[in-house]
Amino acid sequence: MRMDMRLLLGASLLAVTACASSNSSAVRAGRADLRAALRGGWMDAASAINGMTLVASRPRPEGFFDAKDPGNILLANSDMAFSGGTLFMGSFHGFQVWDVSNPSSPRNRTSVVCPGGQGDVSVHGSLLFMSVEMPNGRIDCGTQGSMSDPVSAERFLGVRIFDISNLDAPRQVAAVQTCRGSHTHTLVTDPRDPANVYIYVSGTSGVRPASELAGCSGGMPDQNPNTAQFRIEVIQVPVASPERAKIVNAPRIFADARTGNAAGLWSGGTHGPGTQTTEATDQCHDITVFPEIGLAGGACSGNGILLDISNPASPVRVDEVTDPNFAYWHSATFNNDGSKLIFTDEWGGGVQARCRAQDRKTWGADAIFDLRDRNLTQRGYYKLPVVQSEKENCVAHNGSIIPVPGRDIMVQAWYQGGISVFDFTDAANPVEIAFFDRGPVDPKNLALGGFWSAYWYNGHIYGSEIGRGLDILALSPTTHLSQNEIDAAALARVDHFNPQTQVRYTWPAHITVARAYLDQIMRARGIPADRSASIASEMERADRLTDAASRRAALARVADTVDSVATGAAGDVRAKLGSLAATLRGM
Amino acid sequence: MSATMPTRAALLATLVLGACSAGIGNGGTAIVQAGAPGEPSRPVQRSAPAIRAAYTPADVRFMQDMIVHHMQAVHMTELAEQRATRDDVRTLSRRIAASQSGEIDLMERWLTARGEPVSAASKDGGHAHMPGMLTPAEMDLLERASGVAFDRLLLESMIRHHQGALTMVAGLRARDNSGVEPELHQFLSSVDTDQRAELARMRALLGRDFKQVRP
Repeated sequence: MRMDMRLLLGASLLAVTACASSNSSAVRAGRADLRAALRGGWMDAASAINGMTLVASRPRPEGFFDAKDPGNILLANSDMAFSGGTLFMGSFHGFQVWDVSNPSSPRNRTSVVCPGGQGDVSVHGSLLFMSVEMPNGRIDCGTQGSMSDPVSAERFLGVRIFDISNLDAPRQVAAVQTCRGSHTHTLVTDPRDPANVYIYVSGTSGVRPASELAGCSGGMPDQNPNTAQFRIEVIQVPVASPERAKIVNAPRIFADARTGNAAGLWSGGTHGPGTQTTEATDQCHDITVFPEIGLAGGACSGNGILLDISNPASPVRVDEVTDPNFAYWHSATFNNDGSKLIFTDEWGGGVQARCRAQDRKTWGADAIFDLRDRNLTQRGYYKLPVVQSEKENCVAHNGSIIPVPGRDIMVQAWYQGGISVFDFTDAANPVEIAFFDRGPVDPKNLALGGFWSAYWYNGHIYGSEIGRGLDILALSPTTHLSQNEIDAAALARVDHFNPQTQVRYTWPAHITVARAYLDQIMRARGIPADRSASIASEMERADRLTDAASRRAALARVADTVDSVATGAAGDVRAKLGSLAATLRGM
Repeated sequence: MSATMPTRAALLATLVLGACSAGIGNGGTAIVQAGAPGEPSRPVQRSAPAIRAAYTPADVRFMQDMIVHHMQAVHMTELAEQRATRDDVRTLSRRIAASQSGEIDLMERWLTARGEPVSAASKDGGHAHMPGMLTPAEMDLLERASGVAFDRLLLESMIRHHQGALTMVAGLRARDNSGVEPELHQFLSSVDTDQRAELARMRALLGRDFKQVRP
């Protein structure tokens, strides 16, 4: 992870925007892949791009990088959250406020110094939440570093709460300590209780001594019923008075429902009592909630779990899975209608090269599950479809849905493997449709770097590069994705975005959405070409009518035509034709 | 333990220079130092430097020991490559080999970057005391096993080996000031979580299928 100093001394402090050009040809795998063997460098690496354009790159702001050691983890960028035209970039050193109201010209507005990584952030109104697990976290946000005392009243591990109503001077208003810190957290809103929000805390560090934080103790639940392992914490935050935030529950979501044993997952007796349960599933790495369907996906040690969150303060496990290829369950992402759930496997913890030729396609990958009646069934895997070098940390990491109507598409960060956009509409056969990648941060050593997260937000893809800063990309049309589909995705707007808190995207009844559906029908060759061509021209003509009543009537006639075509079409195409007809009737 | 280590550790506790600049500039960019809960943030003229945390002699010894611990696991997986009868056992074994050989590289880089030797000056007679390590006699037994008996012995041995690694991680975390250097802290989390997951998988391979414990 450390850098070669000779190389770095020669590196310019100034950022050089990585050159990137759009390539509209289809993504090619194998030896023709543009990503193979890119020239390395911190801020001047070569790059390859397909199906996207890089619209802006900004280096980390002053104070948040060390030119002598770009991979210094204490200054690494981490996760992002969005609200209106503002992007919040988490960092192991605090967080940064970026004005992205014009995505092609992002501006760093404020940098807030408050060390304690990982610094994953989420936002709700004028509140920002931040995870702290590193030993240098202090209650007062000081930069003194790790405290010399093993037990310190100054130490902070848990979830910080900032008031961000003044974006030029966010201030810490509360800090909720937890026994294992907060590796990640999840913002949970309750549609019936707008006065409060809830934070699920996933802690993966060791348990702090009770002398530092009262009530903390570890161990197996059969020997210590109060163990801080085998649980998550639930913080309730009164939105109007966040200083009153407190832990209201510590549910034992791994418990065996029948016996009540808190170590219900992977506990056992094969090797005699007391010896085999020390490594039972006892923690979650990350939890993604989808309040509209009342479910959460938990990526928890050796299991993926499904939680009922209809009572947000008391999540209840309803299903759990393991994986024959043996994944380390890292994070979860639902598709837009909640019928699929993707778990990622962060094999190697994100600091290892795991996309080499010898690393299997099913290791360090995404596992794609069907979700029906609260049951998970595995269908397929997706892994970055190009080999990366030994000098690039690379494994599945954070991403989000891209709301193209009628398709399941995800954009995902793969650390130094870059950003990959893939279609998983067919869960058993996911396929890449766009990518962006740079050469290694350090051509000679495996240095920490690459994309921590890549998220879609209102028409653009935002990437948090650990060592290189903020990248903003736009999709460009290819044979895999039409301009109409890209434009339709941009119509599904949200006023904020927290990656671990999914909302269901909806699309306005708009001609662009209709065109997107028709593009998909034509790509699938689902109906004869002359039929799709005539539907296209009829719906365009109808849309152009200026008299509202005539337009509505004409659109309804086209919808009737679409319905009649649908009766003879195959299942997938029939569903798309149905969506097209509904869109036309809604216009 | 080497008497020179504390000195080296102290030397490493030096400042990592942050880039220095005025607080306001670059198109209105501000740097603020946040305060304790309820306290205002203060504009700062230049960013505070990030401090590279010190590490302890126990951290160094842990890394040196874990390299040896991992090397034995990699050796066990090499045996599995030749002898395992079950494909699922061989597959898991390959995954463990890839994980642990990568981690050996990481541990060696961590030590070398800090000017520490990659192997301990063994005044105390080597690493036999490490939890989960197979004794020479046990390793000999594994090397001579074959067929299904090999599969079972490998899994049982590797389970014990992994449990030993978790014990070593827990032991380091329990020591004063140890296990808190940032890169090491991340590494410990990774080893802990990866090996827990692998243990679960090995238990399943030994016949305790996960779905069987569901209510």
